[in-house]
Amino acid sequence: MARRLVMLVVTLLVSSFVIFSALYVAPGNPIAVLSGGRALPPSSIAVLEKRYHLNDPFLVRYVDWVKGAVHGDFGVSITLHEDVSSLISARIGTTLELVAFASILILLFGIGLGLLGALRPGPLDTGVIVITAISAALPAFVAAVVLQTVFAVNLGWFPATGNGTGFADQVRHLTLPAFALAVGSLALVARVTRASVREEAGKEHVQTAISRGIPYGMVVRRHVLRNAAIPITTVAGITIASLIAIDTVVETAFSLNGLGSYLVASASNKDFAVVQGISLVLVTIFVVINTIVDILYAVLDPRVKLGSRAQ
Amino acid sequence: MSTVAPTAGRLVRFSSRGLHRRNWVVVVCITVLVLAVVVALVGSMIAPYDPNLLNLSNAYVGPTGGHLLGFDPAGRDLLSRLLAGARTTILGPVAVVAISVGVGTGVAVAAAWLGGWFDSGISAVVDVLFAFPGILLAVLAAAVFGPSLKSAVIALSIAYTPYVARILRGAALRERAQQYVAALEVQGLTGFAICLRHLVPNVFPLIVAQATILFGYAMVDLAAISFLGLGVQTPQPDWGVMVSEGETGVLQGYPAESLAAGLAIMVVVIAVNLLGERLVDNAQRSSH
Repeated sequence: MARRLVMLVVTLLVSSFVIFSALYVAPGNPIAVLSGGRALPPSSIAVLEKRYHLNDPFLVRYVDWVKGAVHGDFGVSITLHEDVSSLISARIGTTLELVAFASILILLFGIGLGLLGALRPGPLDTGVIVITAISAALPAFVAAVVLQTVFAVNLGWFPATGNGTGFADQVRHLTLPAFALAVGSLALVARVTRASVREEAGKEHVQTAISRGIPYGMVVRRHVLRNAAIPITTVAGITIASLIAIDTVVETAFSLNGLGSYLVASASNKDFAVVQGISLVLVTIFVVINTIVDILYAVLDPRVKLGSRAQ
Repeated sequence: MSTVAPTAGRLVRFSSRGLHRRNWVVVVCITVLVLAVVVALVGSMIAPYDPNLLNLSNAYVGPTGGHLLGFDPAGRDLLSRLLAGARTTILGPVAVVAISVGVGTGVAVAAAWLGGWFDSGISAVVDVLFAFPGILLAVLAAAVFGPSLKSAVIALSIAYTPYVARILRGAALRERAQQYVAALEVQGLTGFAICLRHLVPNVFPLIVAQATILFGYAMVDLAAISFLGLGVQTPQPDWGVMVSEGETGVLQGYPAESLAAGLAIMVVVIAVNLLGERLVDNAQRSSH
């Protein structure tokens, strides 16, 4: 446990250093951005340099930035003159809701489809194999176009773009994005579930349980699913963590005002403070989810020692 | 005829038919990929029209004589843009795979061979690099170097190298423990020669399988980055760019451009994935 947490902190420190130094060495002069390209008198340049700490040595600026980030202060957006932390907190809700929604879909449909395919051989199983093979190759931005065309433009069941207001309206607005975000990972989880449940169901202890007359549902839950849970957790954890990256694509495709789409916009505008802040937040979420998955192994399988990843 | 065939004969016939069907899938996949590569190389030459020729009066017009797929939102010939766009969409991922598999294999074999602090150091770097999803690294690269195909390819290559390194380090370690390696060492061959002439050729099926799987991921990720506007830049045709250019049409009920480009990506990715799975199966079977 302690080892995992040390790894977590080290990874975050190194990532923060990479994020900060990458944008520090980026070409371009922040003063020129601030002044909008106009020539400024030396006295105003000095004021700006002091205000944005442009003259401090690199390491001092990095340490200041990390100290601030730990306290939730990511500096000031040079193009918007607004606190990066307030820009982030205005948008992080949308992103977390979207990722949570997609995670629920992945667990529900991924494990559901996988179980269906594993326990009902024949046409149902073939259907699961075909559906998962196609959706595994369906990139999120193509899924977005297909969903918008079918369910928003043609059927009109869900809105095509935007965030919505109020809980029910927000859920309605997030439904298509969540499916677009989930579709690839869902296929992966379904395939791993199907394979591991199949394998587990053929084992001797399951045959024994059936011959002892234990009800079917209980055999599936206690003897099959419990043992198949470890590979399923692995793949579900990895895929849910990877949603953080695909989220940028889905938010952009559906014009959602979240962290992902804002990160892309800020990268295009070279608003470095915002890019640094959002990158750090997203990488942190990614690393934390991975750590939680590692800890879950030990809960699910007492044989796994914390710190060594189950294969 | 309902005569019962001898069991042995039926078994053989059954398995050979199964083999036949598997080969059929492989043939289709390889055909799709060869076609894709040919189009990537000569696509802009065989395109019937100039892929960048604008004619706004043709915007959203469907298939007509001479224009098999119709026009995009700016009135450009859709088929010509698809053919010309194959170049960056296919060759970009090829570059990503070549760099990451090349560097990843070299690093992994060196780590497995040398062991000690070098191996621990490489493994630590690999662990930390896993904290960066490829797309995030590409967004960061676009912010630093400006959006371009080149920065996207470099960022994805960096992001994919640890995956290659982790898998190949395991394989190289298993190979290093084999007796033939010890025998070659006794014969006085240098470590470099053993790795180059014996160890790497022996894990080559695994390298090819990993490269194939990675190509699918690289193609989707690169297209996604171009879709975000941080890779290939408009008006240059690229399948990822085309999906994003078609977005305005999608909302107005003209999804042709986005769907055509998206479908093209999917067909290639499905072919690559099916082939990759087969190659991984074969590589695992031959190593056990």
